[in-house]
Amino acid sequence: MSSPTTTPRRRHVLDLDDWSADELRTLLTIATQMKDVLERPVKQVPTLRGKIVVNMFWEDSTRTRSSFELAAKALSANVLSLGAKDTSVKKGESLVDTVRTVQALGADYIVMRHGQSGSPYLVAQHFRGSVINGGDGRHAHPSQALLDLFTMHERLGELADKKVVIVGDILHSRVARSNLWALTTMGAKVVVCGPPTLIGPAKYWQSTWPNVEISHSLDQAAEGADVLMALRLQHERMEGGLLPSLREYSRRFGLNATRVASANSNVIVMHPGPMNEGVEIMPDVATGPHSVIETQITNGVAMRMALFYYLATGSEQV
Amino acid sequence: MTPKQLMNDEEIRRALKRIAHEIVERNAGANLVSLVGIHRRGVPLARRLAAMIAETEHVQVPVGELDIGLYRDDLHSRGPAPILGRTILPELGKRVVVLVDDVLYTGRTIRAALNELSDWGRPSAIQLAVLVDRGHRELPIRADFVGKNIPTAKNERVDVQLSEIDAAQDSVVIVQED
Repeated sequence: MSSPTTTPRRRHVLDLDDWSADELRTLLTIATQMKDVLERPVKQVPTLRGKIVVNMFWEDSTRTRSSFELAAKALSANVLSLGAKDTSVKKGESLVDTVRTVQALGADYIVMRHGQSGSPYLVAQHFRGSVINGGDGRHAHPSQALLDLFTMHERLGELADKKVVIVGDILHSRVARSNLWALTTMGAKVVVCGPPTLIGPAKYWQSTWPNVEISHSLDQAAEGADVLMALRLQHERMEGGLLPSLREYSRRFGLNATRVASANSNVIVMHPGPMNEGVEIMPDVATGPHSVIETQITNGVAMRMALFYYLATGSEQV
Repeated sequence: MTPKQLMNDEEIRRALKRIAHEIVERNAGANLVSLVGIHRRGVPLARRLAAMIAETEHVQVPVGELDIGLYRDDLHSRGPAPILGRTILPELGKRVVVLVDDVLYTGRTIRAALNELSDWGRPSAIQLAVLVDRGHRELPIRADFVGKNIPTAKNERVDVQLSEIDAAQDSVVIVQED
């Protein structure tokens, strides 16, 4: 029947730093088939029947959490979603204690979001099942980068030498970091763009991703781009004194029609959501012909299904 | 152990030709028949059967393809991430669906295919055509149309090669495994 690939079995998805291009391609293929499942008359397959997925989100998230929840349900898993308000964290329980409790409840998968960079690695050490990182601090947001990759690949084909511009608060962004891993592995030319206060020293980026280009002018960066990806601007950056004003930010780094027009004619416009329309992206661009923002949401469910499937295969071997 | 050939391209062609006739005979024509090939090698076999039926009956039988990867009961004990194929099915309601696969063995693939089909629709009947039946069933499943019955031992493997997939001449070989 279907032939197994040669890649070794992966138990967790914590970051994309150790994924090969072949492994990413395998995942893209699986995600394509999962997207088909979502268009079937019965949008559910029995792949994870009888398995338990626990979503533990110590930081608020509607999008990522519901996307993981729908993905797990489309694979027939039982899903328990815990938010920051539900967990015993408020009562002083440690992260490790919470993991032990969830394990005793019978969880096979933990999907977690936590403000502390690296916390999924700690959880993975104490959990017998699989951990999927749904975002940790500034460190990584692998499922977002994978759904972005899937969307780009769907629209643009092979990403080698494609120009991808990520604009916004790069310094504090786990989405940008995970995207950098995925995109550079696939051979894309990545430009990170934003005000110096939201990027930091070029050396910092280039010591990890030697080929990444740093730009402080979106007008220049957007020229000839194949992908324009805006990141959400957190309001606390303003309050922290990293930005003079939203208006100025929007004027210099907002995705507007002029900048989209200077890109490649088939450029795609992306945003991980939720958007501040009128700040990092203009409403006409967000809903314009180049926007794939809604596709990103649909693809997110398919890609997260692919991740569960990828981790499930062979989980009882070894 | 060197592989032993059990069927050559001509024998495979004749077996399929006979199956095509039997399908038409059993269903009193081909007007209500749909063929669904199971990934991977069932798919080209279904296409070949459809072409043979078209030749004799002048009916273009709808052909679909089914990947049962998401319906397997052994997913968790298999190797890492088998690639999934596409599932593209014609309308199933009020049709006789003939599932087509290369080798019938434990029956678990067919069990998965039956479950998947019933999520897609309600055929009036489901029949099963296989090129090779090698025995060792683990479920109460049998084929309606069989190209060749081949008694095997469990430590043997039956490999079907088809020109569409394997870039080789059609053949069925038996290989001894340790």
